[in-house]
Amino acid sequence: MTETIDEAQKNIVADFAGFTDWEDRYAHIIRLGKQHPDIPDEFKIETFRVKGCQSTVHLHARFEDGRVHYRASSDAMIVQGLIALLLRVYSGRTAEEILRTPPDFIHALGLTENLTMGRQNGLKAMIEQIKLYAMAFHAMSHSPSAN
Amino acid sequence: MSPTSHAATSPALDVQRVREDFPVLHQQVNGQPLAYLDNAATSQKPRVVIEALRTFYEHDNANVHRGVHMLSQRATDAYEAAREKVRAFIGAASADEIVFVRGATEGINLVAQSWGRANVRAGDEVVITHMEHHANIVPWQLLCEAVGARLRVVPIDDRGELVLDALGDLLNDRTRLVAFPHTSNALGTVNPSAEIIRRVRAFNPTIRILVDGCQAVQHTAVDVAALDCDFFVFSGHKVFGPTGIGVLWGREELLAAMPPWQGGGDMIDRVTFEKSTWADLPNKFEAGTPHIAGAIGLGVAIDYVHDLGLDRIAAREHELLEAATARLQAIEGLRLIGTAREKVAVLSFVVDGIHPHDIGTILDMRGVAVRVGHHCAQPVMQHFGIPATVRASLAFYNTTEEIDRLADGVAKAISMFR
Ligand SMILES: Cc1ncc(COP(=O)(O)O)c(C=O)c1O
Repeated sequence: MTETIDEAQKNIVADFAGFTDWEDRYAHIIRLGKQHPDIPDEFKIETFRVKGCQSTVHLHARFEDGRVHYRASSDAMIVQGLIALLLRVYSGRTAEEILRTPPDFIHALGLTENLTMGRQNGLKAMIEQIKLYAMAFHAMSHSPSAN
Repeated sequence: MSPTSHAATSPALDVQRVREDFPVLHQQVNGQPLAYLDNAATSQKPRVVIEALRTFYEHDNANVHRGVHMLSQRATDAYEAAREKVRAFIGAASADEIVFVRGATEGINLVAQSWGRANVRAGDEVVITHMEHHANIVPWQLLCEAVGARLRVVPIDDRGELVLDALGDLLNDRTRLVAFPHTSNALGTVNPSAEIIRRVRAFNPTIRILVDGCQAVQHTAVDVAALDCDFFVFSGHKVFGPTGIGVLWGREELLAAMPPWQGGGDMIDRVTFEKSTWADLPNKFEAGTPHIAGAIGLGVAIDYVHDLGLDRIAAREHELLEAATARLQAIEGLRLIGTAREKVAVLSFVVDGIHPHDIGTILDMRGVAVRVGHHCAQPVMQHFGIPATVRASLAFYNTTEEIDRLADGVAKAISMFR
């Protein structure tokens, strides 16, 4: 991956600027969802389930070489597409980058208000969980006892 | 005056005129006219109900049962008049048997905590059904856990009907109460309530019977005396009334013997620090300031339903059910969940390979409001081995065009996700 976290957001906004109606935007999100790999079965367990999503979402994070690597998927396709976008922005970044970057790109997707607010699809819960992992890894790597 | 006083031959509902009574229906959602097909979750309110709330707060607002002044008298009269309307609506013997609560959930919890704690002992059994809303599961679970009683469950079959013959095997000399829904919110199944009650009574007339009428009173005339149950609950907001108001009906002798559930103002006779004595029914169960405006609004909603005629409402909804069933069944890969022989206009369904949530999202983009999820009936979902369904639930003010938009929207979603 060569784009930075900020470039990723900019590029997503640019991708979506090309669509003129909701159907095209959703069709694109669905396409991304279909291409997005499922999280391995070993992580499809209660420990990794994101609470507050109406569909089932699992999110796993791994800290390696100073970066947080996320894997996630959902049984609902639109949510799966949103996950693909979230991971393009947030996965493989440093905890600092993740924590200082609000998900501004979401407003450019042209979702309905209730999707943007993320109550229904769990967008809000997923973003919170992404940030929580980053916070935990950040604290771990900065605590004096960390090796 | 019976709620079904309209002759069966009365003219059909004028849907376009009736729609004018519901201000909320006339709006655009995502650039499309709203098609509100989520009536089992909550129904919309006719203008007369909205106006009744407004009029109460603008002219009569005062606390009830507490003042000598004019407004308090007017508020009390209106509140008690609403209780009388509820009494007539469900065929109760006395208005003293009508307890205003927040909704069906609170009504069931009241029975479980007051009657249940006084009457259900360790080793006793409470029977519910597999098609219950969580509101008619969890309060009994809490009771059973607290006293060491056992919860038994009447199974359902693949049409979504109760397996009535299993009821006989579940009843025994430890059975204290049987609770079941008149009509299922997730499946639309209308249960043979009278038959169930007859069987329980025949086995042992002292077993208490609670009927959850949440999905019943907006579709069909209910007469608790003819039903011969002991407790009946419903929520005002599902019968075109306000949220936050509901009804518990109980037989007078049962309510009279039950201890109060919540304590406070309005429910006492005398209070000293040594001991308080309770007010008479129904005030004993209405601690604190009730939802006065809500009760009055519910009374007006009942009048509205009565004026339309429940027989005409039922006839109209049956037409809609048949039209919607035919349209949805014609969609390849769509499976209706809940195909009982007796149904209200609730259509739960799944589509092979597409998550209900995705279908709901596409429908929402097209202005069609449905519910997606487990509908607070997770055991139903477990029975059918699915996580969720899409549920369209229709009311008399829905139209065949809206059903077409539902079916077209589902077809569109299928083409987008396949
Ligand atoms: C069958 C049934 N019972 C109970 C309830 C609970 O009603 P409320 O949330 O209004 O208390 C509902 C509401 O969805 C219902 O459909």
